[in-house]
Amino acid sequence: MAPLLELRGVQARYGPIVALHDVSLTVGEGEVVALLGANGAGKTTTLRAISGLVAKTGEVVYAGSDVRRASPERMARLGLAHVPEGRGLFPELTVWENLRMGAYVRRDRGGVKADLERAVQHFPWILERRHQHAATLSGGEQQMLAVARALVARPKLLMLDEPSLGLAPLVTQELFRVVHELNEQEGLTVLVVEQNAQIALTVSHRAYVLEVGRVAVEGSSAELREHEGVRRSYLGY
Amino acid sequence: MLTLAFSSSHFFQTVAFGLAIGAVYASLALAIVLIYRTTHVVNFAQGEMATFTTYIAWTLTANHGWSFWPAFFATIAIAFVLGAATERVIIRPFERGDPLTLILVTIALFVIFNGLIQWIWGPDQKFFPGAFSGTFTIRGVTIAHQDVGVVAVTLATVVVLWLFFRFTKMGLAMRAAAIAPVASRLMGVRVGWMYAAGWGFAASLGAVSGMMVAPVVQLNPSMMQSILVYSFAAAVFGGIESPLGAVVGGLALGLLTTLLGAYVSWIGVDLQLPVAFTVLIAVLLIRPAGLLGRHVVKRV
Repeated sequence: MAPLLELRGVQARYGPIVALHDVSLTVGEGEVVALLGANGAGKTTTLRAISGLVAKTGEVVYAGSDVRRASPERMARLGLAHVPEGRGLFPELTVWENLRMGAYVRRDRGGVKADLERAVQHFPWILERRHQHAATLSGGEQQMLAVARALVARPKLLMLDEPSLGLAPLVTQELFRVVHELNEQEGLTVLVVEQNAQIALTVSHRAYVLEVGRVAVEGSSAELREHEGVRRSYLGY
Repeated sequence: MLTLAFSSSHFFQTVAFGLAIGAVYASLALAIVLIYRTTHVVNFAQGEMATFTTYIAWTLTANHGWSFWPAFFATIAIAFVLGAATERVIIRPFERGDPLTLILVTIALFVIFNGLIQWIWGPDQKFFPGAFSGTFTIRGVTIAHQDVGVVAVTLATVVVLWLFFRFTKMGLAMRAAAIAPVASRLMGVRVGWMYAAGWGFAASLGAVSGMMVAPVVQLNPSMMQSILVYSFAAAVFGGIESPLGAVVGGLALGLLTTLLGAYVSWIGVDLQLPVAFTVLIAVLLIRPAGLLGRHVVKRV
């Protein structure tokens, strides 16, 4: 079966600075794929290139169609939910309004209602905080809300950019527990960029390591946990 | 200093007139706030756009025999399209650019719309029929229907707009696009069209204010210019990002200037504007964010 997402020889630049030299990767349906690498390796740019925030060359095939030139608006309509760096919440909208924005491209009202309820089941605190501005939430709650909002879109592919950034270890664990659960129970496909290689390699099936805009290592997460270079550089033992 | 011959009838008439003119300031101020919040542009052409659309309403009634209300609603729709098109064609290339450039662009728009008005309709004053005529008397006080009508129409517009932003999906998306355009795009919102819609609604609000004030001041190419100054004051007074503040600010300013002009003899008509602005500066000194300026609560 063809993968849900396939990048082949993707290049991207910010002005004269080349951020991605040559990135090829695939994400199969139902997989959790991790993207690891040091700061500036191009992890965030890879996600931004996929969701259409950054122009790129090369081949990007998503759900069977060529989306190299697709806009973020179009990618959202194709079922891509991208939780960006910094979470991309609307600080001055309420928690509930943020959640409703997740369903913006959907037209099936009944389905949206069911998915709002489903999001609340995963994150029960949302219900009592629903009238609060998103800006008043703690960092962990904001990240949870961003994930919950992405779920309300009922995405084919969920992309998370450094979900653990600035979160306490317990909160990070909780977040990845939910991601794992969604994948196991609902077959949600996830591409996650993460600094915390330890947790990323525990939750994911496969992983890619980016170095200076190229894929340096790839393999199953179990293999990468044993890979010497990966261990030394990203796992610290 | 105060005029001593105080008649309660005159007082209530003055209040009614003050609120009516305040309602006109309020809708134009709201238009300014709407555009500022959606595209961060201070639109100096807001008044001229309002005048332009009021001339369209005049053409519909005077030349095409429409009666007032059909012309009123048609003009609101035309104004929406005009406002949205202005954003797409003229503002968009400068979107989120240098604030000074944008100020210059809206000043250019001011001149362009004013020129278009004179070119199409000429410099002369036109008779613009009001929707409301006559008076009614309550407890011995005679009030013009026009005054009550203007306040009612303005408040109705504000309520409709509030309901739209609060309860519709598009209203929510417009607020989201104003707060975080990139995040909105990732949700699938076509942000550019949301900006255009913001300009459209603002132009419609301006049209309402123009059509409400034209029967009072008579339709002419510079009709909205002094009103624009008051509306800017009202918008800043209320806190430039607060819609409620703009409405309260507009009504307060209308009431204040009218009462000062009527009851403090040395102010009269000539000093209304300077005194009103002195009060405005005093308010800003005490509350720099404006009367209802937002204090964003943030937890990092």
